[in-house]
Amino acid sequence: MYKIILAIRYLLKRRIAYFAVLAVALCVFIVIVVMTVMTGLVSGFKQKNHDLVGDCVVGTKSLVGFPYYEDFMETLERADFIAGVSPVIRSYALISQKGSGRAGVEIMGLDPLRHSRATNFRQTLSYHRGNVARAFEPRQDPNLPGCILGTDVLLQRDPQGYSVSCFPLTAKGALAQLGTDVTNTKTFYYSDSSQSGVPKVDGALIYLPFEMTQRLCMDGAVKRASAIHIKFRPEVRLENGCKEVAALWQNFKREKADETQAYLLDTVRVQSWKEFRRASIAPMENEQIEMTVMFCFVAVVVVFIIFVVFHMVINHKSKDIGILKSIGVSSVNVIELFSGFAFLVGLMGSCIGLLSGLLFLKHMNRIEDWLFDHFDWQLFDRTIYAIGDIPNQADPKVLVIIVLAAMVVCLVGALVPSWKAARQKPVETLQVNQL
Amino acid sequence: MSKDDSILKAEGLHRSYRMGMAEVRVLKGVDLAVKKGEFVAIVGASGSGKSTLLHILGALDRPDKGVVTFEQRDLNRMGNGELNRFRNRMVGFVFQFYHLLDELSVLENVLLPTMTSRSIIGWFGCRRWARKHAEDLLAQLGLAERARHKPYQLSGGERQRVAIGRALMNEPRLLLADEPTGNLDSATGNGILDTLERLNKAGQTIVMVTHDERIAQRAGRIVTLIDGKIEHKSARRQSNR
Repeated sequence: MYKIILAIRYLLKRRIAYFAVLAVALCVFIVIVVMTVMTGLVSGFKQKNHDLVGDCVVGTKSLVGFPYYEDFMETLERADFIAGVSPVIRSYALISQKGSGRAGVEIMGLDPLRHSRATNFRQTLSYHRGNVARAFEPRQDPNLPGCILGTDVLLQRDPQGYSVSCFPLTAKGALAQLGTDVTNTKTFYYSDSSQSGVPKVDGALIYLPFEMTQRLCMDGAVKRASAIHIKFRPEVRLENGCKEVAALWQNFKREKADETQAYLLDTVRVQSWKEFRRASIAPMENEQIEMTVMFCFVAVVVVFIIFVVFHMVINHKSKDIGILKSIGVSSVNVIELFSGFAFLVGLMGSCIGLLSGLLFLKHMNRIEDWLFDHFDWQLFDRTIYAIGDIPNQADPKVLVIIVLAAMVVCLVGALVPSWKAARQKPVETLQVNQL
Repeated sequence: MSKDDSILKAEGLHRSYRMGMAEVRVLKGVDLAVKKGEFVAIVGASGSGKSTLLHILGALDRPDKGVVTFEQRDLNRMGNGELNRFRNRMVGFVFQFYHLLDELSVLENVLLPTMTSRSIIGWFGCRRWARKHAEDLLAQLGLAERARHKPYQLSGGERQRVAIGRALMNEPRLLLADEPTGNLDSATGNGILDTLERLNKAGQTIVMVTHDERIAQRAGRIVTLIDGKIEHKSARRQSNR
């Protein structure tokens, strides 16, 4: 009981303890705010990537594509764990507008209805969310071939259309047309914009109708596709679904082993959306890891502050330690007393940091708006970060971890001084305090 | 063979300290026996080793050589846990500079030895009794009105009486007082000595250390410590036994 009473009194009466509480509160505040924003950004970015590609992708990086995809799609559609499949063709093209030069773009051929069943494509559209099957129908004439531009693609939304030139490839990877005209060219008309929230995609990708893209980019009797995007039923775990698809793909490959273009199937990989978008997600995750490492350094600083404060407190309280030992208090109890003191410092600092952090997060967007209105300054440049509001939804699990970590850090910081306090001999401390 | 009625016995105590390169021998073979109910004053000049002797008798320090027995039990053979219990229940210390905890009230300071010897549950079990006992002690020491005050709000004499109250809280068999009046004026010091005398008359065994012969006269027996050795023992008055 005396340990609780003394620990509370030390906390309330010693001003130096307030500095320790403040240091802990400040660190908890910073960690909560930055971790919440960072975690929000990373998880938002991951979600956008997930929405972009669906749950699983069976595809090849080769521009040649792979054949027999329709047969494999039939196999997939028969599987009870799959909710939607969509074949796509990915390639590169030259695009030109009337009165401007040619520019290189990425193109993706897809069936908008199918693709919306496998991904979140429908939600990225500006004008055809309610009728995605007609997403490639330009407003001026539904019979003209339409195209959907990534929202940040630097092209005028021109009713006169864009001339798209592709380099058709044979199954062996050679150019299909030789001579002066190696490209297939077709004019497409603007029908919609797509905003996926992934800057690299929205700034470079143009969506075209699947069959037309296939004719423009791929030559040969056997139809080919670049990838099949797959969505699992909600109850299916990602890892399990991908394993099942991989197994189906291996069986399919064996079945097609004797076909003439079976060699193209060797380049195909079955990947979860996380693996497929690894190149985009990894830098963000690395940033998050770096941030966590930085916070480990912050924790070391807190340990040091607590260590110094406790060292000072214990030096000042050596008389108390002598008194307590003279009335029979054990060394373990002295450690418990000062550890209890450290626990209280951690608890109080964490609570203050937690409350102020949550309060700040609640009003963070309002503060940013105010800063933008008055000083024209934004914390996150919206042309780089494809976000609306700054993420401010704190994860309760993360909060619990931060608060517990702060208390552990306080206990670690107080450990050595407490141990030194426990080793003090009552005779020495009482005699010193008589001088 | 007569029965040994000593409550505390020290035989051949030696203690030395290192001060830089030099070794200072403070105690050089001290023998002392204290009987139950005795009031013994240990007198000696500054640096004669009397405080060191008192600390060893109260198990705050260990001798380099020699044996201290308390009620026939050798303190050297006690483990740390046993020594802690011994300091908590068998002896009470009164120091020259009171050594009260400033963060606690007078009542809490007096309650401290009982609080430290019990777990939280144990403390809640005996809280009422302990509180009543502490308040009674403070009333006996004339500090009933000061129970809620902090030590720094009291005079020197009052603080020393609080220290005596704390030392008596667990009803120890032996009270060890290290220059209990050394920091007080003579009138206040006499008040403290009156209190010690009264306690002794009520049966409390007391060992007091002082450098002042006049103060030592208030004890039942005077032991003189010169240069780390007991040089002279004299009975001044009949102590309460």
